[in-house]
This record gives sequence, C-alpha cells and structure tokens, in this order.
Amino acid sequence: MKSIKQIALGTAVALGVGFSGLATTVAQAEDANYVPLLTYRTGPFAASGIHIANGMHDYLKMLNERDGGIGGVKLELEECETGYNAQKGVECYEATKGKGALVYNPYSTGITLQLIPKAGVDKIPVLSMGYGLSAAADGSVFPWVFNVPDTYWDGASVVIKYIGEQEGGLDNLKGKKIGYIFLDAGYGREPIPLLEQLAEKYGFELLQYPVGVKEMQNQSSQWLNVRRDRPDYMVMWGWGAMNPTAIKEAVKIRFPMDKFIGVWWSAGDDDAAAGGEGAKGYKAMNFSGVGSDFPALDDIKKHVVDAGLSSTDASSIGGTLYNRGVLNSVIIAEGIRTAQELTGKKVITGEDMRMGLEALNLDEARLKELGLAGFAHPMKVTCEDHAGSHPVFIQEWDGKQWRQASGWIEPMTDIVRPLLEAAAAEYAEKNAPWPVRTEPCPN
Amino acid sequence: MLYDIFIDPFVQMYDMPDFFLQVLWEGFVAGILYALIALGFVLIFKASGVFNFAQGIMVVFAGLTLVGLNENGVPAYLALALTIAAMGILAYGVERVVMRPLVNQPDIILLMATIGLTYFLIGFGEFVFGGEPKQMITEELGLPTGSTAFEFGERGLVILQHIDIAAAVIAVLMVAALGIFFNKTRIGRALRAVADDHQAALSVGISLNQIWAIVWFAAGLVALATGIMWGARSDVSFALEIVAFKALPVLILGGFTSIPGAIVGGLIIGFGEKIGELYWGGLVGGGIESWLAYIIALIFLLFRPQGLFGERIIERV
Repeated sequence: MKSIKQIALGTAVALGVGFSGLATTVAQAEDANYVPLLTYRTGPFAASGIHIANGMHDYLKMLNERDGGIGGVKLELEECETGYNAQKGVECYEATKGKGALVYNPYSTGITLQLIPKAGVDKIPVLSMGYGLSAAADGSVFPWVFNVPDTYWDGASVVIKYIGEQEGGLDNLKGKKIGYIFLDAGYGREPIPLLEQLAEKYGFELLQYPVGVKEMQNQSSQWLNVRRDRPDYMVMWGWGAMNPTAIKEAVKIRFPMDKFIGVWWSAGDDDAAAGGEGAKGYKAMNFSGVGSDFPALDDIKKHVVDAGLSSTDASSIGGTLYNRGVLNSVIIAEGIRTAQELTGKKVITGEDMRMGLEALNLDEARLKELGLAGFAHPMKVTCEDHAGSHPVFIQEWDGKQWRQASGWIEPMTDIVRPLLEAAAAEYAEKNAPWPVRTEPCPN
Repeated sequence: MLYDIFIDPFVQMYDMPDFFLQVLWEGFVAGILYALIALGFVLIFKASGVFNFAQGIMVVFAGLTLVGLNENGVPAYLALALTIAAMGILAYGVERVVMRPLVNQPDIILLMATIGLTYFLIGFGEFVFGGEPKQMITEELGLPTGSTAFEFGERGLVILQHIDIAAAVIAVLMVAALGIFFNKTRIGRALRAVADDHQAALSVGISLNQIWAIVWFAAGLVALATGIMWGARSDVSFALEIVAFKALPVLILGGFTSIPGAIVGGLIIGFGEKIGELYWGGLVGGGIESWLAYIIALIFLLFRPQGLFGERIIERV
C-alpha cells in the first residue's frame, strides 16, 4: 500500500514538474525568438562542424549579451547534434519544430534534401547558406528554401572561370584535364552536372575521383589515380576528415599545390595546416571574411568567449570556418530584423522569417553598421533568386594562414541561371504535385 | 571490353613500371596497416572468443590520448609511456567491468558488450579530447617524416614516405615480439592454453581473468601502434574508427585466430584493393576499393571456409 502511495506521489510530482517545464517553455516562446541550430560537434565531420557551430552560436549569443537580442527580443538558442547524419538531422527537426522554430540551418546537403519538402508544409524556412540543392535558388519553385549567397553551381562556375583566367582565357581550357575529387555523397555529387556542362562547352576533360565516407582517411588510391592521370588542375569538394587527408595526399604525390583549388567548405585552417610546409599555395574559394580584424568579432570575444559563455577557443576566432558560421548567423539575425520591420511584430513566426529572408538586403552600409565591413560581399535576396549568385574570392594558404589571392569573381550567371531554373522545374515535376507558389512577395 | 579487362591493365603495368611499383608499395603499406588492426581483433578473439567491436575506437582512443597528453605539455616520450599505462588501465577496467560479469554468457552477449564499450569510448573520448582531429606528434616521437624519391627510367618516379617505411618496420617488430611472447613466455603459453580450451586451462590453475586483462592490454598496444601510424598518414580523428573496419575482410581471409593469417590477409587485401582499384576500377567508374576487399575475401572463402590460416572446426554430433 505504501509503495502504491509512493508511486502515486511520485507520478504527481513528475507531472507537476512536467507541466511547470512546459509552462516555462511556452513562456519562453512568448517573449523570445527560438532558433534551433542543427550542428555536429562529434563524428567524422566534427573537424569542420565544430568551427561552424561555434561561429553560429557565438554571434547570436553576442547579440543577446550585447543588445538584448534583436529588436528588444532575446534569441532562444538550442543546438541539436546531427552528426552530419540525415536521419538524425530529421529527428532534430521533428523534435524542435514545435517549439516555434524560425529557421533551420541543416549544415548538410543530405539533411537539406530531407527538409526541403517539409519546409512549406510546416511553414519554417530552410537556410542552406552556400550548400544544399542548387536548384532551390529558384524562389518561384522553392519559396521556403534559401541558399544565399551562392549555390554549388555558382561555385563550380567560379572555379572554372578562375582556372580559365590562369590559363589566359576560358578558350584555352580546350584539351586540358581538370580533376574533381569529391565526397561521394549528395554534397559532393551536387556540382557534377554543371561541371559536365562546362567541360562540354569549353572542351576540357573532367576526371572524377569519388571518396566514400569510409575512405575519407584512406585516399591513397584516389591520389595514385591523380598521379597517373596527370590532371592540369584539381578541384575538391571535401568536408570533415576528407579535407586534411586529401591535402596531405596531394603533397605526398607532389601535385603542384597552386593548381589545387577547394570549394569554400574545403577552406578550413586545420585542413590546410595538416599538409605542413608542402601545403603552401593550396587555394580555396571563400565568401566570408579572412581573419579576426572586425569589430563584431571583437564583441564576440568580449561578450561571449571571454565571458565563458561559449566553448570556443579564443585562438579559433577568425578562422575560415568560424567566420563562415558567423556569417550564417548574420543572415539569420538580419532575416529576423527584416521580418520584425516588415510585420511590426517583435516575436515572429516561421512565415514571418521567410518574408524576412526573402527581403534580405545586406548592403555595404549595413555590413559596416554591424561591425563587419568587408566581411562579405553585399548580398541581396529576391523572390525569384534565393541565392543571388554573389561573387566569391580565392584565398591561398601561405603555410601559416589564409590570405586573399584574388578579387571578387562573379559566377557565370548566364550559364548557371537557366540550368538552375531547368533543374528546379525538373525537381517539381519529379515530386509532383509540387505546390505552386502562393506565398506573397515582400519586395 | 575484353581487351580492357584482360590485356590493357597488363599493358599499363609494363608501360609505366614506376607507377606499378608505386601501386605495389602503397598496397604493401595499406596491407601492413590493415594487418595491424586485424592483429588487435585476432588477439582478443583468440583468447576469449570475443569479436571486439571496440578495436577501431581503441585505435582512435590510444592516438587521441597520446596527442592529447602532449598538447597539455607532457613530453612526447612521457606521453607515450602514460598512454601505454592508460591502455593498461583500460584493459584492466574492461576485464573487471565488462568481461568478468559476462563469463559463460553466449558469444553474442559479449559482442554486444564490446559494441557498448565502443559507444562508451566514443563518448568518453569526445568528452575528454573534444571532437576535433589532432595532428599526430610524428616528429616529437622521433619518427621519420619526409620522403625519398627514386628516379626510374626517363620520367619515372617512385616516392617512398619515410613514415610508411617506419610503419613496416614497426609492424614487423611488433609481430616478432608477439610471436616471442606467445611461444617463449609462460604467460604466452598460458594464453594459448586459454585460447584452446577455457575449462582445461582453468583446471590447471591458469587465471582466466589475468589472461584476459593481458590480452586486452596487448590489443591496446597494437591499437596504439596503429593509431600512431595511421594518424601520421592522415590525422587522429574519430573518422579513423571507420577505417578500422577495413580489417573485417582481412579477418575473413586470414582467419580470426591466426596472427600470421592477419599479416598475410592484410597484405593480400592491401595489394589486391590497390591493384584492383588502379587497374580495373576505371572500368566501372572507380571507387571499387571499399567493396573489392570483401570480394577477394569471399573468393578465398569459397576454397577455405575457415580462412587461410584459421582452424578447421569439426563438431561431431
């Protein structure tokens, strides 16, 4: 009898605690804007994921500490560990979407592809900044997905354009061999259709070297193939443990590093440092600031890192991937601010956030105001174009740090845009009945 | 097509002998590393009949401990000694907490326990060392870096990485030391007795618990050597755990209970997958390495189901 009483009492206490917890959550949701962060600090991709996660978290946390949030409303941040696994990513999405999530940043093309069909149904936008489905740039087909500032197809066109410049013009690419080493997953396969189109157009041979997830740290076969094929340039779409291993292997086979160019996700400081002295000259595309000489980063250090509110090591502030995470959060924050201005509301919904992202206009003046002058190229989203095909630059590893090695290079928009639109139409057809856009355009 | 399969690869080998030699060398090095991982599995399976699912994460854990200690100011050789001690503590802990309570349980229970151990070590390792990859302290340990290139003909070049040569030498020394340990020492003989028959070994006064702790420690040392060598080639990160499963086809091929089998199996898989990938992989778009090892192992199994050096088990009913 006593035990039954104990169980009843325990249950009552548990329920009480449960309800009070629920009440707290609701109360928080009423006076805060909830931003879930899908991150990965563990597993084979943690090498890249940790810096991104830190950058994203620290900028938003800094806004809370320095400004009391955005528009006077605090941001409620919650990280969910995905391990770069699509299934876990969807679990994180399902577990957090009911808490009033404003936007999802999947940080995995695989997870992004899973969330794209859900975004319009749950009315929560997906921001895949510089990754994910390239075709999602077509806002008329994908009103809920944003991949500003660039798609992978933009990136692929920039890298070919840059190689063309090195060779004295795109016409000189005829007869050249360009190797493409990539993570054999949705992410690495994404730019292949565009690269194939460009190979046909400019007459170069595209050699493909897939690296399976299980082979990320065991790439000697791929690089032996590279050695045999003797490509004139190598382009890499790597992530996580794949990047440092590839750079080490390239050094090992004595591939000329100044002809080895990575995508913006193969641009980590640790990635290049792994190659030691031999990695000097390795290049990568980038669209976010190099270094820590920005007032906003000083504020992050002062209000968040030095205050012990982050797991970031102060020395990693200013690293390429850390800064990328910061830029991602700048876009989130500006999306929220714009949505608040558009709707007049302080606490916004996913639908408001979609409007805010669609009206995003991060111009030079605003970047300066944010303490991030020169941190990124000004970027603007329109209802038709959710990526914007903004210029990117090439950075070069000097053995110790990255330095900018080119001016801003415009993607080949004239080639990429029609292909993106065709791919978007094809996606909608394959996933019929894909909803016709009814969402209002805020611009 | 027939030309591409049966003639062209051999023409390529003849036309570019330097490249063929390089492929053989890479296959040899990969084989040595696979063999080292497989050796860890074999040691534990031999003594306890347990397929140690945690061997891969032990490689990562040992490597991370070594580098982590050094990062915190411990000199390289002291860090090495402390890592060896840590692997000893791990072995003792596994014996006390995992193995001893599960004596006489079915093999599948013990396998599940090692899967649990894997996740514990992943979580514990990430908690202590973080998830970021770390660069192996190759130079601090006195291991050679750099490479030597041999010119071959007019344009040919064979490049040997010094760390790969060191890996081969260390693997040979390790196998020799294990051979002496198993055959010439009292504990080694006791270990073989346990491997043959637990109950018979117990009846002559051999302590099963002590033997298990020793064998897990030996597997830990092999894991440390593998972690250092593989970490020097890429980085020490949790992604290495996946590479460890390359040892599975080696075990299928060499037999789960044979140390020579692990070595020969590792070399066959190493040579086979590199030659297969480089000369035949292109016919199917490349990337065949990940499954070719299993095909090679299965072909061998058709003729020797117990593996090359495995014991043929005949159970009479």
